[in-house]
Amino acid sequence: MSRIDVRKTYKLYIGGAFPRSESGRSYVVNDAKGRLLANAAQASRKDARDAVVAARAAFGGWSGRTAYNRAQVVYRIAEVLEGRREQFEAEIRAAEGVTPARARASVDAAIDRLVWYAGWADKITQVVGNANPVAGPFFNLSTPEPSGVIAVVAPRGSLLGLVSVVAPLIVTGNTVVVIAREDNPLTAITLGEVMATSDLPGGVVNVLTGSQAEIAPWLASHMDVNGIDLTGVEDDELATELEVAAADNLKRVRRPAPDTDWLVEPGLDRMTQFLETKTVWHPIGV
Amino acid sequence: MAFEYAPAPESRAIVDIKPSYGLFINGEFVDGTGTSFKTVNPANEEVLAEVAEASDADVDEAVKAARRAYTRVWSRMSGAERAKYLYRIARIIQERGRELAVLESIDNGKPIKESRDVDVPIVAAHFFYYAGWADKLQYSGYGSTPLGVAGQVIPWNFPLLMLAWKIAPALACGNTVVLKPAETTPLTALLFAEICQQADLPPGVVNIVTGAGDTGRAIVSHPDVDKVAFTGSTEVGKAIARTVAGTDKKVTLELGGKAANIVFDDAPIDQAVEGIVDGIFFNQGHVCCAGSRLLVQESVADEVLERLKRRMSTLRMGDPLDKNTDVGAINSGEQLMRIRELSQVGDAEGAERWEVACDLPTKGFWFPPTIFTGVSQAHRIAREEIFGPVLSVLTFRTPSEAIEKANNTPFGLSAGVWTDKGSRILSMANRLRAGVVWANTFNKFDPTSPFGGYKESGYGREGGRHGLEGYLKGADS
Repeated sequence: MSRIDVRKTYKLYIGGAFPRSESGRSYVVNDAKGRLLANAAQASRKDARDAVVAARAAFGGWSGRTAYNRAQVVYRIAEVLEGRREQFEAEIRAAEGVTPARARASVDAAIDRLVWYAGWADKITQVVGNANPVAGPFFNLSTPEPSGVIAVVAPRGSLLGLVSVVAPLIVTGNTVVVIAREDNPLTAITLGEVMATSDLPGGVVNVLTGSQAEIAPWLASHMDVNGIDLTGVEDDELATELEVAAADNLKRVRRPAPDTDWLVEPGLDRMTQFLETKTVWHPIGV
Repeated sequence: MAFEYAPAPESRAIVDIKPSYGLFINGEFVDGTGTSFKTVNPANEEVLAEVAEASDADVDEAVKAARRAYTRVWSRMSGAERAKYLYRIARIIQERGRELAVLESIDNGKPIKESRDVDVPIVAAHFFYYAGWADKLQYSGYGSTPLGVAGQVIPWNFPLLMLAWKIAPALACGNTVVLKPAETTPLTALLFAEICQQADLPPGVVNIVTGAGDTGRAIVSHPDVDKVAFTGSTEVGKAIARTVAGTDKKVTLELGGKAANIVFDDAPIDQAVEGIVDGIFFNQGHVCCAGSRLLVQESVADEVLERLKRRMSTLRMGDPLDKNTDVGAINSGEQLMRIRELSQVGDAEGAERWEVACDLPTKGFWFPPTIFTGVSQAHRIAREEIFGPVLSVLTFRTPSEAIEKANNTPFGLSAGVWTDKGSRILSMANRLRAGVVWANTFNKFDPTSPFGGYKESGYGREGGRHGLEGYLKGADS
């Protein structure tokens, strides 16, 4: 008799742990051919708020790490992902029905993207910061700092898309609450397992699975969220509604771009959009 | 009562020194066609290994290998792929960090505390940092076109760290290198060659040729070398500048220094004393940016000197491999002679010598931490780089006088300022003619922070975004 598999329970990833939804709800996730893949946790408003609390708690420590250390941690995510690439290729093939070559290319690109962003941790300051030659006896220096807690609506592309929106935020010191793709959420949770074992402190990245339309408005209106990235929102009406809600505490908003080609090398804007510029003045004189 | 320290030696078992070493050319160790020389442990004069001295023909082979690797492999590879090799090297350095630290202390004489906690971690960080630039050069402001083959000659004071400062940015920008370590400290560079093999770095991208001045000259003057990077004495730096005159070679030079460490009367004195000690006795004073001239405000001079002497008396000198050692061995007999000679000139010119009373080991090269007071600006010990644990103390009354004295030197590498007043720090920093100014700290280094001098301390910067400029053709090419 053949051995019976031990199947994985997919839960949420909040504060470095993997809890079920407090609501007790789950929903069916099918593969590309419509067969049952797993039941995913259906996150609630309360789960979203718990995730924001975890992200806020992690922000001080994470943004206070040296840039060099953040670079090493993000690079470590790439290393661990490389070691588990077969699992990711298999998951992507099952969920998206793509060829083995496409799945491999997507994992390659995700790993390389993490490495690319890792290097930015201690370089972005020298590219976007500078000394300002003010007309007076003052030392005047502008440097970038992370905005804080950022909510993200993940785009299509269960691994590469997700990595491409999360990595630029954490490498600069922000912490993140990400809503995974509703129809394709499992790889996001598996990526959470990679992050949980890569020395990334709990709470820096939090992953919710469930209904985008249900959860996103609570994050958009949450007064302890500093920015929202709507990249994965495909419904124009919902996008506008979220942007309006975000205005209540002037969240930094990145507008939807669901059709982004994730294989193209990104520019700096995914980092700079969620950076503040701090300018320090100090008098010069004996 | 005084507490005695039990010996706490770091084990040598982790390193495997071979009886003899060849040259690392095109990814392999080869015998070379020249003679050989010995490298010794400066702490006990034990011969460590026999090392090949690269001849002109060997250097030519190395340059050819570097050119081939540049044309066929390295300049064609995407930045993202070059980055991966550099990240591998950074990771292997971290993994083999203890081994590198022990070997560095054996060959160089520096305390294990420093090689383990300063040199090697910064080396790994430097490779990690420049790895990240390899696929981001379009954001550097200097373009993304490499120069070609870089010839690099480095000194003995920070053998592996200087190697990292040279090789990491060169490779990140797409150049290949021929590097010569100093003749008294070749061993960690040769271990680095082995690390390149472990990382599967394509053959010829890094070539290590050991030897002395003649080998260095062969590299610098080789017609197929596009870039010369040198760290060492101002005298040799000037000779290199003359040699490359009339060629298209790009040059960066990191040369000598005679840094002023300026202490104002409102400085936190204990903190300043630590900074003075760190400034001149770190690495036995074998530091081009060492704070070798203490400029102390007259009103606090007596107090600062008293506390400085008390602090110096607690420095532990001896076995570089002992984890409690603060000051290790002078790197070579030749350097020891130079330190002694200049110190005797200090006596003869009328300065007053004070040195820590301590028992020096009978074998090896040793010089106790020493200060000279009553030094005037005309004294040779106030003008020339001693490159040893010898501090010249001068005094001043006003900030302007401090600036006059600090800038009264042909060098301009670094300077230190100690005061509680922020505006004064910044005004001093503005007026000091030096490439690095440390305020209420000293001898701090980071891969992201540009380092290099004004005036006869050289030109070009190493570290940070600015460190890329010396290895790229420029934004409009």
